[in-house]
Amino acid sequence: MNLILNPTLDEAPPLRTHRGIVTSHDFLTTPPAAAMMQEGLDDGPDFLSEEDRGPRAVNVDLQTDATLQVDISDALSERDKVKFTVHTKSTLPNFKQNEFSVVRQHEEFIWLHDSFVENEEYAGYIIPPAPPRPDFDASREKLQKLGEGEGSMTKEEFTKMKQELEAEYLAIFKKTVAMHEVFLCRVAAHPVLRKDLNFHVFLEYNQDLSVRGKNKREKMEDFFKNVVKSADGVLVAGVKDVDDFFEHEKTFLLEYHNRVKDASAKSDRMIRSHKSAADDINRIASTLYTLGTQDSTDVCKFFLKVSELFEKTRKIEARVAADEDLKLADLLKYYLRESQAAKDLLYRRGRALVDYENANKALDKARAKNKDVLQAETSQQVCCQKFEKISESAKQELIDFKTRRVAAFRKNLVELAELELKHAKGNLQLLQSCLGVLKGDT
Amino acid sequence: MEPSAPGNLRCFSKKKRDLTKPVNVFHSTGDGMNAYMAYKVSTQTTLPMFRSKMFTVRRRFSDFLGLYEKLLDKHAQSGYIVPPPPEKSIMGMTKVKVGKEDNSSAEFVEKRRAALERYLQRVVCHPSLLQDPDVREFLERDDMPRAHSTQALSGAGFLKMINRATDAVSKMTIKMNESDVWFEDKLLEVEAEDQQLRKLHIMVESLVGHRKELSVNTAGFAKSVAMLGSSEDNTALSRALSQLAEVEDKMEQLHQDQAASDSFCLAELLADYIRLLGSVRASFDQRMKTWQRWQDAQNMLQKKRETEAKLLWANKPDKLQQAKDEITEWEAKVTQYEKDFDRVSSTVRKEVLRFEKEKARDFKKQIIKYLESLLQSQQQVEFWTLVCIHNRLFHTFF
Repeated sequence: MNLILNPTLDEAPPLRTHRGIVTSHDFLTTPPAAAMMQEGLDDGPDFLSEEDRGPRAVNVDLQTDATLQVDISDALSERDKVKFTVHTKSTLPNFKQNEFSVVRQHEEFIWLHDSFVENEEYAGYIIPPAPPRPDFDASREKLQKLGEGEGSMTKEEFTKMKQELEAEYLAIFKKTVAMHEVFLCRVAAHPVLRKDLNFHVFLEYNQDLSVRGKNKREKMEDFFKNVVKSADGVLVAGVKDVDDFFEHEKTFLLEYHNRVKDASAKSDRMIRSHKSAADDINRIASTLYTLGTQDSTDVCKFFLKVSELFEKTRKIEARVAADEDLKLADLLKYYLRESQAAKDLLYRRGRALVDYENANKALDKARAKNKDVLQAETSQQVCCQKFEKISESAKQELIDFKTRRVAAFRKNLVELAELELKHAKGNLQLLQSCLGVLKGDT
Repeated sequence: MEPSAPGNLRCFSKKKRDLTKPVNVFHSTGDGMNAYMAYKVSTQTTLPMFRSKMFTVRRRFSDFLGLYEKLLDKHAQSGYIVPPPPEKSIMGMTKVKVGKEDNSSAEFVEKRRAALERYLQRVVCHPSLLQDPDVREFLERDDMPRAHSTQALSGAGFLKMINRATDAVSKMTIKMNESDVWFEDKLLEVEAEDQQLRKLHIMVESLVGHRKELSVNTAGFAKSVAMLGSSEDNTALSRALSQLAEVEDKMEQLHQDQAASDSFCLAELLADYIRLLGSVRASFDQRMKTWQRWQDAQNMLQKKRETEAKLLWANKPDKLQQAKDEITEWEAKVTQYEKDFDRVSSTVRKEVLRFEKEKARDFKKQIIKYLESLLQSQQQVEFWTLVCIHNRLFHTFF
């Protein structure tokens, strides 16, 4: 993977990841998040349980006759957009070929997601949450500041900081690739959504989908729609459900969603402090190195050894923060979005229930007045069908959601604990050996 | 600071010199803004010059400053490196006086106590300063007269003075015909080191701040995870999450301890040496002053000789004798001042070498102590993570 960065950065550097190709460049050379298993730092976030996730390894077939495997095999970051290469392998008859790739941008993913949300047929399913927009602003800003401050630090410091920031940029990049891939895999694994026509077009149509981002007016419309929806949501939520299962789910999801939100925010803050502390140790290591190279007395050699130790422990501390970020923070963020999607499902069902009850009332009124009875009957039938259809699939969806959630949490928490143990052991070993050397000298 | 085993170049290498000096804190006396902190200074010694083998006195912070002022007056011009006490801190002390019972004021008091102890240790480790009667009086005398006029000599004020003096000195060095390049090189070294230590100190303080922040944020996160665990309806996951919350709580404490260690071991060490380097530069400054005095005397002698020559030419025999007397006077001064300069130069040289040895020892000891505390903390992290993995997660899920 080639990473070219100029200090006087005013545009994002072109950044590619390519599956399987390893170059001998300075920086990390890793295939995209989906397929990598390169130590803790590069473990892709695993939000889906084993069962539900789209097959990661190429040679695993989930279904016998109609496989659909989707992944993001390549990604290119330029200026202010990221281009994802969506690679599909399928034996479904709908596709012209068995294996093909297209290039997609973030807006096209959003278009696909929105098309699911707006489709009445899918009202009874949890729509996989849309991947967040790739956001390199913070990282880019830091790189720029670094470029401006180049004169005020030594060459070593500059190179070191540059490496740090580039690694951070790369990490954000890998994350965004992973998020987009997870979205596609969830759709591909869903028994109904995978058959969606828009999805197939998304996967196969090798021209630009001409999906432009929403203009100002549309964004305003969206905003108002959301306001109306949340107000309505409150009203609908107030209606007590006859069904115990859904009533329980409603209360549960509301509380859960809020707590996940809180946990997500707190974990972000904690990880940020961790990263700042690691940065400080980095700077301390550099200064100790400078002190150590001033001459060759005993004390200076001592400083050099300590500087080396701090360098190494800092790397480990940075890894710990990165692992927490991947396994904990990202997990929480994802389930924040999914629990919102589940809430949306409940809202749609609630809405349908209210409509059904209203239709019932209208029918009774019509019968009483003996006016427009047929019309009221048909409208009541429609509402009833809609409501029942949603309820049926919603129940299963919510149960699946729970299973997925528990499995994902389990997997990530266990992996996180194992990684932290590994790092703690690593740190211990470094400290013990360094202390041994230092004490031996004195 | 405790003395190490005799035999290496330390204060206690000779058999008779056994001096331990822990400084403890007394409770504060008086109330409100008139309150002051009294420090208990205990000495244990086998040295004959003291009246007894063990004794304790009470001293105020201003007493320590007063001691420093006296030592500076007497010894600085000979080129000795007089160890500086910790700075006055209006804010820190006010918080304590006002009776603010919290972590930061307890921390401040402890830091100050430790700094005063290290200060005294350095004074008594100095072979010449120990002999000074003022030091003896400070350690022994039951009640000391209040030291006044320590305002100018509080750490910050002192440093300002030194910086001004050093600037003047650097202007002089250009003119000084340095016969011994050792001094020039050494001063540059000291200045470079001062710069690096200051940078390092800022970074360590930043680290302390971030670790404290991390500790607070970890506590917040732990609570949040506990809440999440309690609303999770899958019992196994719920238990796992509350276990995670417990572990994070322990981590919070560890981060807190680590921050304290960073601060006490590292930041304080650096602050001490930044102050000490100021004293080192002051001794170079003194040497410069004696050189200047010698030069001035030489110039004066030259002038007197010229006067004599003029008088000879003008043939004024009565004034001639006076001129000859003055020449003799100044010749003696020149010789004396040259001797002084040589003496001070050699003292400064010896002092710097002694200082460097002590510094090397100090840094090594403190950094090793710091690394050991890091080690302990990592061991704790490992322990708690193991508990997390083996006890709960696995039993919970499998």
